[in-house]
Amino acid sequence: MSQTDSPPRRGANAGRHSLSGTLERVLPRLVVAPSFAVALFFVYGYMIWTFVLSLTGSRMLPQYDFVGFEQYARLFANERWNVAATNLVIFGGLFIVICLILGLVLAILLDQRIRQEGVLRTIYLYPMALSLIVTGVVWRWILNPGLGIQSLVRGWGFEDFTFDWLVDPDMAIYALVIAAVWQASGFVMALFLAGLRSIDDSLFKAAALDGASLPRVYWRIVIPCLRPVVFSAVMILAHIAIKSFDLVMALTGGGPGYATDLPATFMYAHTFTRGQIGLGSASAIMMLCGVLAILVPYLYSELRGSKHG
Amino acid sequence: MSALEIRNVRKTFGTTEVLKDISLAIDSGEFLILVGPSGCGKSTLMNAIAGLEPVTAGEMLIGGEDVTWRTPAERDIAMVFQSYALYPSMTVRQNIVFGLEVRKVPKAEREEAVARVAELLQITPLLDRKPSQLSGGQRQRVAMGRALAREPQIYLFDEPLSNLDAKLRVEMRTEIKKLHQRLGTTIVYVTHDQIEAMTLADRIAVMRDGRILQLGTPDEVYNDPADIFVAGFMGSPSMNFIRATLAGQPGSYRLSVDVGGEQPLVLPWPAERETPALVRHVGEPVTLGLRPEHFSEEDARLGDRIEGTLLNTTTTVVEPTGADLLLRVALGESEITVRLGPKSRAVPGEPIALRVDMSRAVLFEPETESRLA
Repeated sequence: MSQTDSPPRRGANAGRHSLSGTLERVLPRLVVAPSFAVALFFVYGYMIWTFVLSLTGSRMLPQYDFVGFEQYARLFANERWNVAATNLVIFGGLFIVICLILGLVLAILLDQRIRQEGVLRTIYLYPMALSLIVTGVVWRWILNPGLGIQSLVRGWGFEDFTFDWLVDPDMAIYALVIAAVWQASGFVMALFLAGLRSIDDSLFKAAALDGASLPRVYWRIVIPCLRPVVFSAVMILAHIAIKSFDLVMALTGGGPGYATDLPATFMYAHTFTRGQIGLGSASAIMMLCGVLAILVPYLYSELRGSKHG
Repeated sequence: MSALEIRNVRKTFGTTEVLKDISLAIDSGEFLILVGPSGCGKSTLMNAIAGLEPVTAGEMLIGGEDVTWRTPAERDIAMVFQSYALYPSMTVRQNIVFGLEVRKVPKAEREEAVARVAELLQITPLLDRKPSQLSGGQRQRVAMGRALAREPQIYLFDEPLSNLDAKLRVEMRTEIKKLHQRLGTTIVYVTHDQIEAMTLADRIAVMRDGRILQLGTPDEVYNDPADIFVAGFMGSPSMNFIRATLAGQPGSYRLSVDVGGEQPLVLPWPAERETPALVRHVGEPVTLGLRPEHFSEEDARLGDRIEGTLLNTTTTVVEPTGADLLLRVALGESEITVRLGPKSRAVPGEPIALRVDMSRAVLFEPETESRLA
């Protein structure tokens, strides 16, 4: 800042500048430099290294015998990867849609000038404060047929009640969705609530005078106003979905079998426990592509928006 | 029959009484302005008329029908808001027809209504734009268009010009007046701007602390104020309130004002403005109200003698506004504001001779602030 703010003739006299002047110019860069270097090395450096490894036949340890895109071919032929990728689509899709709907409904209900709103808001937002590991463990107990809901309802006398999604290979992925939605919908609610609060109160009055019913007011006027919020919420939720690892590990460990594998757990399993570094790296790069596919349009629209704004 | 009649309306929020027994009636085609300082209850009264706030007690009739417990949509009213309240996701056209659409008006009629109001307000080229692409003045027009499209019995305007800049505000003010004259609509208009109230209204209701202090034509409210508050609120610069003592007897009352010198300034009270109440206040302090334009300069150059009592004083500040010259002049310990023509050569610090036109002066009781004469 000091440079851009200073008048141009200061640059001409730079040679005569005192030590403090030089320090003033250099200090910001010095302060930023270490974290910049660290980020460059550990984020982008390892990203490149992972990409390089994905082109090799590495197994237990990194080797540099380049095999081209053979690991990618193996990856897409891999049954377990296909399950993981399909799971991501199911899990991500349901997670985002249910979170949005639930968050919006909660936000609208909470926005009706109710009593104790602050308390309720905090209660709904609290799951977000928990680590996904904790969420996973809690829901593992709740959904465990022998300990949780099933055993509770059977204990009430409904002997035929069955709720065993967690151990059913076809349904386990939906159990994952339940836990993830529980964790994140309060956060989405907070986003929507902020959006709703920014809406001019006289819009509701105008609509009331126009004779619109409350559902109509929300559907035609309020929800269209929340479009930017929906957009941000989808971005954030999509990231959470793609990066989901700890929740799966804590809740199902990828099981039963590999029925609840997600790309992140697949990558971890192959890279670090099954001695398939090359294949794991290829899956990691595919995940990066997935994130970029979401991030790039987002950044594009954001940057374009700020230029116009 | 009155277009709108309000009978003994009260409104309380918790323990605070915001509207205290308000009654008024508006004729069809009348332009009524509710004016008052912020917190006087004028916006609450408007919301009550709109049906957005239920009243605690009292009755409200629109076109002779009791609408006290009807919803806003059932009252056949339209409102223009200070923030315009245009639906941001809809185009101008959609904004205008939304109310008709909700009321299931046939499409052909809706199109007709849009064309009619768009032409009336000259917003036809804007019909397919979003509100965010419009300027403040254009948004204001669209908001009025939305109200006009439904052709309701009563229009409510809630400080519609407050968000516009000064120049645009004057333009839109004229436009609203023209519209009213052309369409003959019944309008209730809330503002805190007394100039808006004076220029637009057929009748003004000056409100304070949940009560209507005075309801009358702009001329009545300005020249014949009910109390000190109304007198001080209407008019800019504000009326001068001068402490005086009443003397004399019916037919020849005098006011003596302490101006710091040995002799007090004695102002004769015009006989035609006497009231019976004055007798009881002889020898007691009263508050004399004189508007800045009730003074004029005693100027030898002008030649012709002006009526009124001579007042010799000193100018302290001169504020030229272009059209007039506003002067602050000393009067004893305090100062008063005087409005003179632009040709005046008043100089700060110099003595000045003024004439006081007592024929339009008003007298108040200092304790109760009510009008004496």
